[in-house]
Amino acid sequence: MATHSIAFHERVDRALDDGSLQTALSRATDRFVTNRANALALVDDFDDLRARGRAIRASALAQLDDVLVRLSERIEARGGQVFWASDGDAARQYIVELARARNVRTIVKSKSMASEEIHLNDALEAAAFTVVETDLGEYIIQLAGETPSHIIAPCIHKTREEISELFQQHLGMPATDDIPTMTRTARTVLRQQFLRADMGISGVNFGVADAGAVVVVENEGNARLTTTAPRIHVAVMGIERVCERLEDLGVLLQLLARSATGQKLSVYTSILSGPRRADEPDGPDEFHLILLDNGRSQIMGGDYAEALLCIRCGACLNACPVYQSIGGHAYGGVYSGPIGAILTPLLQPELRDVHKLPQASSLCGACQSACPVKIAIPDMLLRLRADAVAAGKADAIERIAMAGWSQAMANPALYRAGGKLASLGTRLLAREGRIGWLPPPLDQWTRQRDFPPFAPRSFTELWAERQRRSAGDGR
Amino acid sequence: MMQVTVPYEEQEPPVSIAATRRATLFVSCIVDQIYPEIGLATAELLERQGVHVVVPDGLTCCGQMAFNAGFRAEAAHVATRTLERLRDGGDIIVPSGSCGAMIRHLYHELFAGTPQAALAGQVMHNTYEITEYLVDVLGVSDVGARYAGKIAYHDACHGLRFIGLGRQARTLLSHVADAEIVPLAGCEQCCGFGGLFALKQRAISEAMLADKLADIASTTCDLLVTGDASCMTQIAGGLSRRGSPVRARHIVEVLANSVDARRG
Repeated sequence: MATHSIAFHERVDRALDDGSLQTALSRATDRFVTNRANALALVDDFDDLRARGRAIRASALAQLDDVLVRLSERIEARGGQVFWASDGDAARQYIVELARARNVRTIVKSKSMASEEIHLNDALEAAAFTVVETDLGEYIIQLAGETPSHIIAPCIHKTREEISELFQQHLGMPATDDIPTMTRTARTVLRQQFLRADMGISGVNFGVADAGAVVVVENEGNARLTTTAPRIHVAVMGIERVCERLEDLGVLLQLLARSATGQKLSVYTSILSGPRRADEPDGPDEFHLILLDNGRSQIMGGDYAEALLCIRCGACLNACPVYQSIGGHAYGGVYSGPIGAILTPLLQPELRDVHKLPQASSLCGACQSACPVKIAIPDMLLRLRADAVAAGKADAIERIAMAGWSQAMANPALYRAGGKLASLGTRLLAREGRIGWLPPPLDQWTRQRDFPPFAPRSFTELWAERQRRSAGDGR
Repeated sequence: MMQVTVPYEEQEPPVSIAATRRATLFVSCIVDQIYPEIGLATAELLERQGVHVVVPDGLTCCGQMAFNAGFRAEAAHVATRTLERLRDGGDIIVPSGSCGAMIRHLYHELFAGTPQAALAGQVMHNTYEITEYLVDVLGVSDVGARYAGKIAYHDACHGLRFIGLGRQARTLLSHVADAEIVPLAGCEQCCGFGGLFALKQRAISEAMLADKLADIASTTCDLLVTGDASCMTQIAGGLSRRGSPVRARHIVEVLANSVDARRG
């Protein structure tokens, strides 16, 4: 479904009307939020851990050029190859050409949002390669022809029942929604693909500069197979996803697992530092690391630099009442939820209604509270809104209303007169002390909510009278 | 600081005691125009604690609505005038975690690099939300209120997450005579108000409100209490539209005994 071609409001309405999506979302986000809370309770001082995580990330970003050079030098010293991709085109081209040059036919992939960001599968399939997603959630949405709707739980929008239907249709599975049976079915199919694949493509959770390594965490073992079984491993990493030292992982991996899934640690943590060496029994013959910029260096040092601290745990999505209501696809970009409402306008500015994403927030701040590196998401949403207004993207009614509002609020006489008018008008519309209908655009309020009439006399008037009275009392 | 533990009706009238503190009350535009009783209750709570309350002429709005909508010039136009009226020094009290957060958290960004930056810093430093002022500054936990009924408390987001409110309100409510405080599942989950979000993202706002109302309905409360008139408007509007017997009130109304326990 090409959600990006539909207006944002329509995407929202569709999501809210989709009963199956609503069931899937509330089941999953509730479970994520509960698991995270339980995992946090086991840490003495999670806030301190967050502060340390933030410091580690901020320090790496503050010297990003140097950190990336250290990472790439060490990887090259071990026989790996590093490609600096300035954008998605460059990354896609490099990978397609590599696959052609090595006579690759089948490619297995483990979960990678960076590869989603550059629409890598489309490019590979256009070049006639067979691409198989091996993360169970990614595999499911690949069968469905969809895109991920969550950073770490790509098929969070699907119910078990829908997945069963997909498997029956595509894999010939007998009718059942027994989860072990469905998992076994996928596992059998995917095993064959791992054995057949010539190339494995993975994402990267963290690059570790001083160790010259990349870290991939997962729960299914598919990433370990993807990165070791085929003869070529290509790792795609956003340039900001680095730390300096191996010991930084002690903080970052805890933060990531607890925030993402409520685990103390992910089931598999692979630290990969190049191709198989002569004395090693397994591993790929070739290791390629793609350092993907794709707009990130434009964000560095600006008003939205904090967004680069993100470790892609998805906690802000799970905590967000807006995400809980509309899911990830309504956002229209690769990244959804609160962090997506920041990243998408910055990384995919060409998408329809992209400037409206920062408005899809009540600014409740639950995202920032959940963020393992304390990213000030609401502040950045506010800046993006200001940018949109400065770029002339606010609609005419809103511009006129705001101009009028600011004149009235800055002029007590106008303010009083406006208040009197509103009081008169709202009291005329009120029945039994409440208003059930307001004229457009305020009817947006009254469709499902009553509104109170303005007071006959404002606080300012009542207070002035109270002061006069007490002066009269001789106090 | 004096601790008041007797119910209001048995107390001496205020002001006759020498006021040891002076505070500026900034009630907010919504309270001024729609809920003046919240402003009066706030003043009364302060006066009962011996605080001399001053309300400067011509105070209107903190500017949050425009700021949150991205209209920073318009917000600054309004907020600059507000700053001027709050420049006197001394404590500034707002009966709203949201306006409090606008002043304390966002004025920094709004006025950064402007001639008002220093004044904004002073005002940010002096501003308190009412429950925070009562509990953390004045050291009061019992204001002598009475409410015969069951109260559920909703943590309004801005106060909760940008000022650190919640504990103070619960302390004060726990001392309200005859009241039973019942737990509210999802009490820290947004009600869906969000300023213009409620209009511009109506459908999402309604969905969030529906979740909140379901949580409220699953309690035995007859009174939903919160610390922001804006969130209160959202929740009350949903409750009354659905014909719920639960009422929504601002916490200062309970604390100042201006909510009658019709049921209980």
